[in-house]
Amino acid sequence: MANLRIEHLNKRYGATTVLNDVNLKIEDGEFVVLVGPSGCGKSTLLRMIAGLDGASGGDIHIAGKPVNTLAPAERGIAMVFQSYALYPHMNVRKNMTFGLKFTGVPPAERERRVAEAARMLRLEELLERYPRDLSGGQRQRVAIGRAIVREPAVFLFDEPLSNLDAALRVSTRVEIANLHRLLKSTIVYVTHDQVEAMTLADRIVVMNKGCIEQVGRPLDLYYAPANLFVAGFIGSPAMNFFEAKVGSVEGGCARVAGPGFRSFDLPTASLRVGDTLTVGVRPEHLGRGEDGPFAVEGVVELVERLGESSFAYVRRADDRLFVAEVRGRQTPMPGERATFFAAARDVHVFDAASLRVSTQNDA
Amino acid sequence: MTAEQRARSLGVHLVLIAYSLLAVGPILLVVMNSFKTRSAIFGSPLAPPDATTFSLVGYEKVFRSSHILTYYSNSLIVTLVSMALVLLFGAMAAWALTEYRFRGSTALALFLSIGIMVPIRLGSVAILNMMRSAGLNDTLTALILVYVAQGLPMSIFILSEFIQQIPKDLRDAARCDGVPETRIFFEVVAPLLRPAIATVAVFTIVPIWNDLWFPLILTSSDSTHTVTLGVQQFLGQYITDWNSVLAALSMAILPVVVIYVILSRQLIAGLTSGAVK
Ligand SMILES: Nc1ncnc2c1ncn2[C@@H]1O[C@H](COP(=O)(O)OP(=O)(O)OP(=O)(O)O)[C@@H](O)[C@H]1O
Ligand SMILES: [Mg+2]
Repeated sequence: MANLRIEHLNKRYGATTVLNDVNLKIEDGEFVVLVGPSGCGKSTLLRMIAGLDGASGGDIHIAGKPVNTLAPAERGIAMVFQSYALYPHMNVRKNMTFGLKFTGVPPAERERRVAEAARMLRLEELLERYPRDLSGGQRQRVAIGRAIVREPAVFLFDEPLSNLDAALRVSTRVEIANLHRLLKSTIVYVTHDQVEAMTLADRIVVMNKGCIEQVGRPLDLYYAPANLFVAGFIGSPAMNFFEAKVGSVEGGCARVAGPGFRSFDLPTASLRVGDTLTVGVRPEHLGRGEDGPFAVEGVVELVERLGESSFAYVRRADDRLFVAEVRGRQTPMPGERATFFAAARDVHVFDAASLRVSTQNDA
Repeated sequence: MTAEQRARSLGVHLVLIAYSLLAVGPILLVVMNSFKTRSAIFGSPLAPPDATTFSLVGYEKVFRSSHILTYYSNSLIVTLVSMALVLLFGAMAAWALTEYRFRGSTALALFLSIGIMVPIRLGSVAILNMMRSAGLNDTLTALILVYVAQGLPMSIFILSEFIQQIPKDLRDAARCDGVPETRIFFEVVAPLLRPAIATVAVFTIVPIWNDLWFPLILTSSDSTHTVTLGVQQFLGQYITDWNSVLAALSMAILPVVVIYVILSRQLIAGLTSGAVK
């Protein structure tokens, strides 16, 4: 078990920069999830922590020790791959013990570790089987078992669940959470799946184009996204954005106005008249009943019914669409005119540089 | 199956059967006639041996009048050692060229591929001189060296293709597991290359076993002759001892057939993998 420190990490392939000045501190025993759009460099970052790819610049420290020049096996990491990467010609037991031979673990200790990992992952029955005779979920558990027996300081997972079907994904997710509770080890976990990220993470790292956009606890990212990218990336369906301008500033309050929604007062001191803004409201925070400082009106075009709630696609006066989540049995009809409101604390405002404008509502 | 499909499948099979007969026929003829008396060979060359024509005289003569067992063991040694070296070095070179980027790796790959395009026999004279000045003429080592050089380019080419198909994650997983690079090659990559290695083995063995040219120019004494060269002594300019020639040839065919049968399952897997996922 160990902490992990990444400082000014860069990665370039020829002229293309894949990672750009990544800084990250991960505490001992923390479960950190990396999310971001495809191609943003999540796998690259993970592979660099593992030592499978070299850095173009910057440092990685594991347990306080610089590991830049160390081989993967010397870093005290274990990696679980999306493709499982089990050795096809070895049975489950051999898959788990194969690596231990080379790291000086005595045979009796190897057996003990395999037995323990097998018990933890319910693999006892499968130890003599070959990977080709296992189901996808079982293979994934073997891959995790192979990582566990190494007793690494840091676990690295690269989209470990994305080859599993939906039901299995949920149960394996729970298993991984339990495993983390049991082992108390440091975990860095890459995923595409927001639900996985939100449920598993102590902290989430949102990446975009090789840079870290925000690091924070799941609910912090959800309720106080630091910038436009994080606001749009976290949450599903994505946050609605409205273009706006500061109309007037008076007594620590800015009047925010824009096409399609009703102007409202924003209690902040940092804005000037004429500033361009983006106002963001999540579909699930747009309600029909209550009144709020934020109100937007439009004609319902389409309703997607999911059961417990429905998504209404609404066209604003300025001809743009936004989405609102409607709960309960009373769904609006297409063609109906409706007004949606949002509470002050659910309205996110971003400035021209896409950064969050802090307001007194945040407190 | 519709009538049209059946007709087409029949046609395909006819062609295949005809081709098989054409390929197997001569071999069958050689083996069959090697068990017959000399007069029967000429009297009715297409008839199988029967009670009156059956004779082992060819085999007796081969064993009595020549060093056939020496030739045999020479051929086996040369073929198997060459094959082992071609497979070992071929697989290692293929691994190095596909897995590692190092200075000159592209140039090296190009250089090796030249060996596929230029037949090694063009260099016979140079090889002969080289072997003589190295003191290796009339040794099996000389043959082995030449055959390794002959077999390597193609084996590197084929094995590289197969190595590229092995998932990269597998090597990365082994590296994370702390497996040393040599062990990754021998214990993770090589076992997965089995079908490819069988394919390369067959492609390497057959031309070496059947080669007449290099034993002819590089070996001169009975103790270093191979089977194919040894058979030549029964083919005279004026009289040919057909019994012995056919018997020796039949024996020369045998090992290749045995090896092919052993490797054929792997071979078929090797030839069709990639084509059929
Ligand atoms: N060997 C390479 N040469 C050049 N570019 C590369 C190389 N490997 C990766 N890249 C680039 O680096 C970027 C990041 O790749 P990476 O695999 O880390 O993305 P990712 O965030 O894991 O994406 P995904 O979610 O699809 O797995 C991509 O744009 C990719 O094209
Ligand atoms: Mg990836």
